[in-house]
Amino acid sequence: MSTFWSIWISVIVLGTIFGCWWLLFATRKSQTTDTETEKTMGHSFDGIEEYDNPLPKWWFYLFVGTCVFALIYLALYPGLGNWQGLLGWTQEKQWEEEVQQAEARYSEIYAQYGSTPIPELAGNEDAMEMGQRLFANNCAVCHGSAGRGSVGFPNLTDDAWLYGGDPDTILQTLHNGRQGNMPAKGTMPNMTAEQVDQVVNYVLSFSGREQDKAAAEAGAEVYAQACVACHGADGTGNQALGAPNLTDDSWLYGSTYEWIEETVVYGRQNVMPAQGGRLSDDQIHILAGYVYSLSNN
Amino acid sequence: MRHEIVEKKLGLMTVLILFVISGGFLAEIVPLFFLDETNEPVAGLEPLDPLELEGRDIYIREGCHVCHTQMIRPFRAETERYGHYSVAGEFVYERPFLWGSKRTGPDLARVGGRYSDAWQRMHLFDPRSVVPESNMPAFPWLFEDKVDHTKTAQKMRTLQTLGVPYTDEQIEGAAEDVRGQFEIDALVAYLQQLGTVISDKR
Repeated sequence: MSTFWSIWISVIVLGTIFGCWWLLFATRKSQTTDTETEKTMGHSFDGIEEYDNPLPKWWFYLFVGTCVFALIYLALYPGLGNWQGLLGWTQEKQWEEEVQQAEARYSEIYAQYGSTPIPELAGNEDAMEMGQRLFANNCAVCHGSAGRGSVGFPNLTDDAWLYGGDPDTILQTLHNGRQGNMPAKGTMPNMTAEQVDQVVNYVLSFSGREQDKAAAEAGAEVYAQACVACHGADGTGNQALGAPNLTDDSWLYGSTYEWIEETVVYGRQNVMPAQGGRLSDDQIHILAGYVYSLSNN
Repeated sequence: MRHEIVEKKLGLMTVLILFVISGGFLAEIVPLFFLDETNEPVAGLEPLDPLELEGRDIYIREGCHVCHTQMIRPFRAETERYGHYSVAGEFVYERPFLWGSKRTGPDLARVGGRYSDAWQRMHLFDPRSVVPESNMPAFPWLFEDKVDHTKTAQKMRTLQTLGVPYTDEQIEGAAEDVRGQFEIDALVAYLQQLGTVISDKR
């Protein structure tokens, strides 16, 4: 703040306080007795008159007290332009102190959990209570408070993993996030409506769902052109690409004909936001332990 | 009896009342118009692009700011949950600001990038589908209505007059940038950039 504005603020603030002070004393009537007199201001409106009594003592001293309080406050805290206050208090400092206190309290626990191998951490009740809170604050919004996910957001409690459920992969997923991208019509952009019908039936046949047998047979050829690169010839997917296994009972989107058709025709874009820029490494480690525990305990 | 002078002269009383009530304004508000802390944008701050700007107007139209604040206060409890506390330099292009005054829902000052676009869309279409305990209203019409592109350039021109550094080329291309886009796209684009100029590990 420039000197000009510093002086500007100080003059107005102190001027207001001393102005109030002056006003109080300039208009004060000396109070000689506690009893009220019958003397009036000398005007009468519709027969209503006003007594001319001094201020009550308690009111007068309260007013003086507020002025004194204001001056003490302005001496201790930053309020007068560039004056930093005798206590040296700032909002940032208070926040830093809070954070430091928390760090002093938790850093040891974090460091201890952060260096515990994840499978072992998953069996530690205290660590998992911490993990659950971290999960509720940061992950539950998409994956659900019980980690069961919803349409488009993976269930973390089962054995089906898009990218893999081993500790290192979970850590990597949390740190860097994931960008899932199934292109519309796979690698066969000119797929006809009939071919879509065929390939959907073929995909249904992987998990033994009700299907049009003839269409499914024809679909094998479409599948080989459009889907095999990611989902594999046997439909078991590819965790390196995050391509789901099509042969199991776990479906990120629906498993009905209509759902699969929509997936084939429009493709799917899924994003797991990276947490590496938001949470500390130890917090992510504890979270990984919690996620690991969801399907391994 | 001296206060009788003031009480009986209306003109004098008016002047004195104005003098007294201007004190707070002159000391607390006027200096902010001239301070670097409040007028200098933080490093990397860019004005909203046309689609984000329309998204912001939809945010205002739907009253999002009534239940969501965009102001993280410097308390650990808040910075743990939402990220780095808000600083004045982030809001220099905000007219009007959307700090809000009441949190029925969570603060959104740094919601950008926190969830995926797909999540934002699902959540706005039917909040209960992803957060069962949510009491946020659904906004399904955003998925049917197109952004009104006819006033985008005017809005940007007005902001430019107020000091937001839009270039003339940006303003000329604005209508084309948003024409035909659904309102949901604009709103999600706006949400996904919120607070991303400052990043801080908790």
